[in-house]
Amino acid sequence: MAITAFSGSAVAVEAAPRRRSRIALVLLLPGILYLVLFFVVPLVSLIITSLESQTAPGSGVYQYGFNVQNYSDSIVQYLPQILRSFLYAILATVFALLFSYPLAYFIGVKARRWPLLQSFMLILVIAPFFISFLLRTLAWKTILADEGPVVGTLKALSLLGPQGHITGEPIAVVFGLTYNFIPFMCLPLYTTLERLDVRYLEASTDLYASGWSTFRRVTIPLSLPGIVSGTLLTFIPAAGDYVNASQEFLGGSSSAMIGNVIQSNFLVQSNYPAAAALSIVLMAIILIIVSVYVRRSGTDDLL
Amino acid sequence: MAGGFFAESGADLELKDIHKRFPGFTAIEDLSLTIPAGSFFALLGPSGCGKTTTLRLVAGLEEPTSGQVLIGGKDVTSTKPFQRPVNTVFQSYALFPHMTVLENVAFGLKRRKITDPIGKAHEALRLVELDHLATRKPQQLSGGQQQRVALARAVVNRPALLLLDEPLGALDLKLRRQMQLELKTIQNEVGLTFVHVTHDQEEAMTMADTVAVMNKGRIEQLGSPEDLYELPKTAFVANFLGQSNLFTGEVASSTSTSISVEVGGRKVVVPKARAQVHEGTVTIGVRPEKLTLLAAEPTAESGTNIIGPGRVVDVSFSGVSTQYVVEVPGVGAVVVFAQNMSFGPVVQLGAQAWATWTVDHGFGLSDHPEALTTDADA
Ligand SMILES: Nc1ncnc2c1ncn2[C@@H]1O[C@H](COP(=O)(O)OP(=O)(O)OP(=O)(O)O)[C@@H](O)[C@H]1O
Ligand SMILES: [Mg+2]
Repeated sequence: MAITAFSGSAVAVEAAPRRRSRIALVLLLPGILYLVLFFVVPLVSLIITSLESQTAPGSGVYQYGFNVQNYSDSIVQYLPQILRSFLYAILATVFALLFSYPLAYFIGVKARRWPLLQSFMLILVIAPFFISFLLRTLAWKTILADEGPVVGTLKALSLLGPQGHITGEPIAVVFGLTYNFIPFMCLPLYTTLERLDVRYLEASTDLYASGWSTFRRVTIPLSLPGIVSGTLLTFIPAAGDYVNASQEFLGGSSSAMIGNVIQSNFLVQSNYPAAAALSIVLMAIILIIVSVYVRRSGTDDLL
Repeated sequence: MAGGFFAESGADLELKDIHKRFPGFTAIEDLSLTIPAGSFFALLGPSGCGKTTTLRLVAGLEEPTSGQVLIGGKDVTSTKPFQRPVNTVFQSYALFPHMTVLENVAFGLKRRKITDPIGKAHEALRLVELDHLATRKPQQLSGGQQQRVALARAVVNRPALLLLDEPLGALDLKLRRQMQLELKTIQNEVGLTFVHVTHDQEEAMTMADTVAVMNKGRIEQLGSPEDLYELPKTAFVANFLGQSNLFTGEVASSTSTSISVEVGGRKVVVPKARAQVHEGTVTIGVRPEKLTLLAAEPTAESGTNIIGPGRVVDVSFSGVSTQYVVEVPGVGAVVVFAQNMSFGPVVQLGAQAWATWTVDHGFGLSDHPEALTTDADA
């Protein structure tokens, strides 16, 4: 997991003497070219697009102009969707973490004695990847549909009103996001928990820490790299996701996320500047959230 | 013991018929022992004999397959480690890598809500001379420094029972002596009970009230350091604790107080009180420093045993004493330590020599060494 590197306790005691090496540069070249070609170029083009303005109102033809208003306009217009995206993404991340941590702990720590069970459970975690996630999300749409077994049961138990739905509601979108990103949360958690040295846990219980206290003060801090990379791998794509929240899948009109707005601006309304501006806004917010999060979890792991 | 106070005194530890089986391996067999409160108990034994496993059973990190663990008279066999008034200095240190040295040491105090944990942690760090490194992380310390932090982290809690798994193994001689003194002081001050695992025999002998020698999951012998050294009961103890010359032979005759064993054509007498077996084939022994080396055959006297003649095959000088190896036909190699009272060796390499010792210094074992019988025949 490359992202683990962010939060590792990389406290350099003394900077190692730097050695310039041609070989390192040559080896880095393909990576740099890749980044320039597939990240920098599209990003610049996106920024340029986001600043375009229409030649004439209603013409549908855009040309470059330093039109910063695109940003304020789209933010004001789509503020509910932007806020909703981050709310859903945070909820999905929290639920995925709550679900995945015990699972990863079991596979990585408790099941160490039975390697066969360990591999079997890991395969179960990865198994959903063998089927396209569009199909899986559609399957959930059927399961959660108004005529489906879940709604029927809930209605029979009076947990859901006679007029109630699940699909199209926020709950279905958050559920779909959580479900789809659980493997991304589970795998990095597993890789850190698998390496967790249980002797630290023993030392903690020997020093009067109860099970819960040991978990809070030793297990969690030691598995923080996995928590950070898992939450990032879940939160970032979930915030920009447009499949779960789209009306063809689990979403409804009241649960559209920023991804849906960008999609419809690009593909339906052909309002490229607005779509581009929203994409940049999404990226900027994610960058800010992630850097604050990584910085905090890197230094505050001693709480 | 979650009372939030330091132990007022040590607790006694009792192990009753403990067995510990791992899948396919029996680590502890039928272990029973009582360690009185306030005593310093040392556990000696070769690598893999079950010392760490014994400590883990006492700490509650391992559950015995059968048997009971009693601390201060209370059966704690089924209680959790954090409920036991026990702290451990782990062989692997197990210092929390995400905490500073100070936080590591204060950990146990904070969990028990003891007042002024930070002050007490600093005090413990001063004791092991590491207070200046309090803000470092464990991985920024040397091996010996980490070991001292591990020691401080356990000692600071003043538990009724402190388990030390080779706590001084990574320290240099000077620091080790100093830490031994500190440990002794702490132990005496509060009268805590210490169970100390060590590979350093001298450390075990000088510090402990009681030493137990363990082998293959069993306690071979247990007693005061003097008893164990002067009167080993098995070949394992005789060779593990210091060196011994062991001779195997038939009991030729016996009186009411002694037995006489045929060794290399001579009769060797051992007091009955110091021999475990009084008839048949027995193994007897004597410590190398109890032997006197003579260049001429001594006259037989009652009260002394004689072995020889043999040829001196090795002389090695080691400062205070010189070690001679004498090859005696029909007996094997006999090792003699002689104090360097005068210049030069008592006998020269290759010379003929006899070894004598006072009857009262011999001992008889309950078993036979595995290697020595074949050795003597060769
Ligand atoms: N979890 C385990 N599963 C199987 N065997 C084990 C386990 N723990 C220990 N053993 C075995 O039990 C025996 C005793 O181990 P223990 O760690 O108590 O040795 P020790 O006396 O402390 O040795 P050392 O002086 O090398 O530390 C060893 O042979 C070891 O291989
Ligand atoms: Mg050990």
